[in-house]
Amino acid sequence: MLDISGLNVFHGNIQVVWDLKLTVDEGEMVTLIGPNGAGKSSTVETIVGLNRNATGSITFFNENILGLQTYDIFKKGLALVPAKREIFPKMPVIENLLLGGSDRTGWESSLQHIYNLFPILHERERQMAGTLSGGEQQMLAIGRALMSEPKLLILDEPSTGLSPLLVAQVFRSLERLGKEGITILLLEQNVRHALDMCERGYVLENGRIVLEGKAKDLMREKHIQKAYLGI
Amino acid sequence: MIAILSVQGITKQIGGLLAVNNVHLTVGKDEIVGLVGPNGAGKTTLLNIISGISSPTKGKVVFCGEDITALKANKICKKGIAKTFQIAESFPNLTAKECVTVGALFGNNHPVSMKEAQEQAVGILEYVGLPKEKVDTFTKNLNVVELKRVQLARALASNPKLLLLDELTTGLNPKESIEAVSLIRKIRDEGTSILIIEHVMSVIMGVSDRIVVLDHGEKIAEGRPYEVVNNQQVIDTYLGDLDVF
Ligand SMILES: Nc1ncnc2c1ncn2[C@@H]1O[C@H](COP(=O)(O)OP(=O)(O)OP(=O)(O)O)[C@@H](O)[C@H]1O
Ligand SMILES: Nc1ncnc2c1ncn2[C@@H]1O[C@H](COP(=O)(O)OP(=O)(O)OP(=O)(O)O)[C@@H](O)[C@H]1O
Ligand SMILES: [Mg+2]
Ligand SMILES: [Mg+2]
Repeated sequence: MLDISGLNVFHGNIQVVWDLKLTVDEGEMVTLIGPNGAGKSSTVETIVGLNRNATGSITFFNENILGLQTYDIFKKGLALVPAKREIFPKMPVIENLLLGGSDRTGWESSLQHIYNLFPILHERERQMAGTLSGGEQQMLAIGRALMSEPKLLILDEPSTGLSPLLVAQVFRSLERLGKEGITILLLEQNVRHALDMCERGYVLENGRIVLEGKAKDLMREKHIQKAYLGI
Repeated sequence: MIAILSVQGITKQIGGLLAVNNVHLTVGKDEIVGLVGPNGAGKTTLLNIISGISSPTKGKVVFCGEDITALKANKICKKGIAKTFQIAESFPNLTAKECVTVGALFGNNHPVSMKEAQEQAVGILEYVGLPKEKVDTFTKNLNVVELKRVQLARALASNPKLLLLDELTTGLNPKESIEAVSLIRKIRDEGTSILIIEHVMSVIMGVSDRIVVLDHGEKIAEGRPYEVVNNQQVIDTYLGDLDVF
């Protein structure tokens, strides 16, 4: 479904990702882990066209998407929950959600699903998004991506700033979405949780993939245990 | 224990919402108090009131025996309360060193020269563990951990008696969080009291002498860490199924 090879990513003229190869098959849940500054966000921002300063190849259903505008990539069924919570602060919660996809049949049931997951968004439907608390804004960012019912959902550290109770609920809900057939690429600091939930994982360090494999095998790697799990 | 901060019946009404509702809390000298609660509980709102960024509808904030409720944020900073804030958004075009220098120049109670402020900045950046080669990097080009260090350094530059930390360790992985915990402890051991908001329970449990729990603007629990995490109401509204960590 998603096929990346030989990807080099730059910020200005500084290279931050080298020769990256990563694939995600339809129906899979895959995690990309790595320390701070490894290049994870830069990689996914490149996939969705937020950063087009890159060389190599990215295809989605065998169609090149590297170089396309974010909106055109989004319309192909690829949604990102960005690390930077890019919501529209001067618009009410409900309008932020509808921007995610109200031109599609069945959007009402997506909205219902999001409100079940995050009841506070329902209560605050009319509140300006910019006045929400930190965690409420994170819920909105996740909700908006879910509204589009993407074929591939990429989440850049979705649990950031959420209460422990909600983190568990978000993970449970991602698991359920995975079972319902949505393909997921997850970036997450909670490495144990990410490896528990996903089938496969890639480890990115200093802009290069240093390890990849089945999640349960990665969990047993000495390097992962020491550097990420604090064991 | 001598309270250096005493929050007395603070209420903040925003439209029809009581974002903070009659909250009392204290922070003792050399104490680390954890402030937790569900998203939207009113934690950030309360910290903004203490630091003078917003004013309460009702109640009083007393710092070192003095009523500071009506003071502006810059006055409160000079009195010795510092709060971390989002540096990357506020000063994208300053370097790490410049950011901290500004903190030292304007936050201190006594006047400091530019040269002194710059020297202090370099020293504090080293103290919080920013790699030497990043000192002259623009903040917009720093990664999350580096930014957090600069945020902390900027707050420390004003020599605070009380440090307010709002989700400073968010976005760090478990190993980095452990490092953050020891840095926060070290700051306290050197004489700064701390009020810290955090959702990462390993951090809160690791640093707090006492934890205060807010829910819907109200204080619902307070006590030692193990007491609070075993409180059924706290489990139901905030912690949920702790197994996931
Ligand atoms: N806009 C930018 N301009 C210049 N350099 C940048 C920019 N954004 C990120 N970088 C640099 O690119 C590198 C990779 O950063 P990136 O944010 O992709 O890492 P990450 O793996 O997502 O880290 P984190 O866990 O901190 O989110 C870092 O060295 C960072 O400093
Ligand atoms: N201008 C406003 N209009 C309406 N509601 C507001 C406004 N500003 C803040 N609120 C609400 O006040 C509540 C308290 O917000 P606050 O930022 O203090 O929460 P918090 O405890 O820090 O949450 P989090 O853990 O998610 O950061 C939130 O529900 C927020 O939506
Ligand atoms: Mg990132
Ligand atoms: Mg907050």
